[in-house]
Amino acid sequence: MKSEEELFNILKTKFNENVIKLVKQPIDPFIICDPLMINEISLYLLSNEELLFDNLMNLSGVDDANGKSTPIEGIATIEGGTLSVYYHLESTKFRHKVVLKVCTPREKPEVASVALVWRSADWHEREAYDLLGIKFLNHPDLRRILMPYDWEAGYPLRKDYANPEFYHGMKVPY
Amino acid sequence: MSYLDTQFDDNIIIAKVDDLFNWARLSSLWQVGFGLACCAIEMMATSASHYDFDRFGVIPRPSPRQSDIIIISGTVTLKMALRVKRLYEQMPDPKYVISMGSCSNCGGPYWEHGYHVLKGVDRVIPVDVYVPGCPPRPEALLEGLMKLQEKVRNESVIKKSA
Repeated sequence: MKSEEELFNILKTKFNENVIKLVKQPIDPFIICDPLMINEISLYLLSNEELLFDNLMNLSGVDDANGKSTPIEGIATIEGGTLSVYYHLESTKFRHKVVLKVCTPREKPEVASVALVWRSADWHEREAYDLLGIKFLNHPDLRRILMPYDWEAGYPLRKDYANPEFYHGMKVPY
Repeated sequence: MSYLDTQFDDNIIIAKVDDLFNWARLSSLWQVGFGLACCAIEMMATSASHYDFDRFGVIPRPSPRQSDIIIISGTVTLKMALRVKRLYEQMPDPKYVISMGSCSNCGGPYWEHGYHVLKGVDRVIPVDVYVPGCPPRPEALLEGLMKLQEKVRNESVIKKSA
């Protein structure tokens, strides 16, 4: 059982500048990492015999909406800022937990896929791609998972998303 | 010769074609075995022994080509709406639609922020009976079915009632 400081120090010595910082907060402190190195950090966390993070409990995408917002007809368009992905990990052997976070620019959101490290990440990453448009590099099958395959109106959970008027001739708004 | 044969020898029963057809139709409204969301659980409860849909002649059929009614029981997403429409088009005439629950009536709780929900199944197929509720109790669905039977009872071979 390792505390978040110990885990952070282990990762910092191994990956130095690719592990950015530890954010302490009362519930679930998290470690911010490099989005393009997350697959290697994950593989290390999974395979190191003192860590053994074998369970990816959750993988979620977030629109931070911290860019420049310009309201056009009620719906803001956001430029700049970041999209984030959170990884909630657990070791079923040692019972320790850790939260990782990566931030990626909104205009070109690219994160290394961890689907080949934990198979459960496969559909979670597809969901984050479907709803927020985060591209997971080297994902085995990055398609939309919930929305229709031919959905062209964008990514619904982005804060500046606007729903289309029609989809296949069906009126969408109420 | 059975008992009935000896009692009613050489009899003719005279009835209107409309009445006979309508009676036959309303007494065996076979439904598409199809459910969408939590309303479908309530629809299955209606089919089960306690509420017993079968006493009204409603049996779930595995194919739309053998069915007379389709109960839209749940949230119709935009992705599903295209499939619902196709199922409806595969059913032979005469066919009827019961819209069950708030979601398929008007979008329900998703009416404002449901980017993926069709705000009422009547935007893709014509609905005969709307059953309100979220989800409706089995009694409400039975009431909806009896409303539909009333509608079928007043139909005519020459023209379908509005």
